Amino acid sequence: MLRIENVNTHYGPIQALHDVSIEVKQGEIVTLIGANGAGKTTLMMTICGDPQATTGSVQFDGEEISNLQTASIMQKGLAIVPEGRRVFSGMTVEENLAMGGYFRTKAEAAETMEHVLELFPRLRERFSQRAGTMSGGEQQMLAIGRAMMSRPRMILLDEPSLGLAPIIIQQIFEIIQKLRDEGVTIFLVEQNANQALRIADRGYVLEHGHVVLEGSGQDLLTNEDVQKAYLGG
Amino acid sequence: MTETLLYLIQQLINGLTIGSTYALIAIGYTMVYGIIGMINFAHGEIYMIGSYVTFIVIAGLLGMGMVSLPIILIIALVVAVFIASTYGWTVERVAYRPLRGSNRLIPLISAIGMSIFLQNYVVLAQGSRDVALPPQITGGWTFGDPAVFEVSFSYMQALIWGATFVTMTALTLFISRSRMGRACRACSEDLGMTNLLGIDTNRTIALTFIIGAALAAVAGLLLGLYYGVVNPFVGFIAGLKAFTAAVLGGIGSIPGAVLGGLVLGVTEALTSAYFPSEYKDVVSFGLLVLILLFRPSGLLGKPEVEKV
Repeated sequence: MLRIENVNTHYGPIQALHDVSIEVKQGEIVTLIGANGAGKTTLMMTICGDPQATTGSVQFDGEEISNLQTASIMQKGLAIVPEGRRVFSGMTVEENLAMGGYFRTKAEAAETMEHVLELFPRLRERFSQRAGTMSGGEQQMLAIGRAMMSRPRMILLDEPSLGLAPIIIQQIFEIIQKLRDEGVTIFLVEQNANQALRIADRGYVLEHGHVVLEGSGQDLLTNEDVQKAYLGG
Repeated sequence: MTETLLYLIQQLINGLTIGSTYALIAIGYTMVYGIIGMINFAHGEIYMIGSYVTFIVIAGLLGMGMVSLPIILIIALVVAVFIASTYGWTVERVAYRPLRGSNRLIPLISAIGMSIFLQNYVVLAQGSRDVALPPQITGGWTFGDPAVFEVSFSYMQALIWGATFVTMTALTLFISRSRMGRACRACSEDLGMTNLLGIDTNRTIALTFIIGAALAAVAGLLLGLYYGVVNPFVGFIAGLKAFTAAVLGGIGSIPGAVLGGLVLGVTEALTSAYFPSEYKDVVSFGLLVLILLFRPSGLLGKPEVEKV
């Protein structure tokens, strides 16, 4: 579904990604783990076209998207829950969700919104509240709900567990699995490698902008190098 | 009532009149700043063009023998808003969009260039002398004791208050209720994220310029009729005043721009009432300096947090 081939990305003169190749198949949860500054977020953003890859190819559903503008990429059935959530803090929950379904018709958006509210009863309670006044976990749910509003076939999640309490993290991971059960393909970036690999079908390890390892979630969990570097063991 | 009090009331009326037009222009500065973080120094020129178009349309319609003043004003308003918005949109498209993403100073310099260009373009097209229009709306209400001091509130001032109020209400409803208004707010909170939701932010930015220019044209029409003269340089000083109002209220905040405009207008009116009127610009720009020194985020603005 998503095929990244030999992608190099630069920030000015600094190269952040080196020949990265990753594939995410329909219906999978694929996770990308790596340390701070390894280039995980850069890879996510490169898929979204911001920044664009310097060389290499990004294909979504067989279509080359690496030369497209961000807005048009995001209309192709791809959505992102970005690092740090980035909800619109001055806007209400309802407005945030509405922004996620901006380019769909009113009726379609209303239907999806109902679905999102069923999945996150918390958001229904907070429906008219400003996003900035909510807790981190609620904001993360809102960010996921907002991404769902465009009815994407694939969602990119960038560190959804960052800064959240363990019990909330548990909920977030349950929701990710629920999304997959609904048929949404998931590409997940995490520092919380243990939990991420547990739910992942496959995983990649990124170090200094290079993919150094790949394998099934189970393989990576038991891999010695991975255990040493990312699982504290 | 005593003379002093009546005099003060008169100055407040005058101040709020000018202040509300500052507010209209200031909204253009503040919305553009809120969304792309640049000061559109060509905005004052858009206001000036709005004034010119008003004069040309009114003179033309009067020359054609049209007598109904409301119809003339409505036609002038529609034409002025349309032409000014076209200029606002074009300036953004030609002078700012290609520079998006570059260093902040670069679009700023481009804006100053655009301002000089538009000024001189109007000088070439219309001449640099004052163009005058005889007062179209005369008369007003007076109250107070004629023997002591008579406060006058002219119909023209009432029109300015009314038009400003209607325009602000329309803008508020648009921003808070409509789909595009919501996109404007989302863009000013987080432009990149809005883009990541598949929304064409370039269109939202263009819309902001169009709205700002339309409001400036309304101000151009009102102030043009109020003063009865216009020249190619009125945009410069009005632009600076409105910019001051926007900073005073907290740049990026629409209610702030309105409040800043009113405060600035009243301050000026009171200064010229109790001191030699040459001091009014000194005081208003002095106010700008004080605000920047002691409350850089303005009256209603939020302090800018450097994002890491």
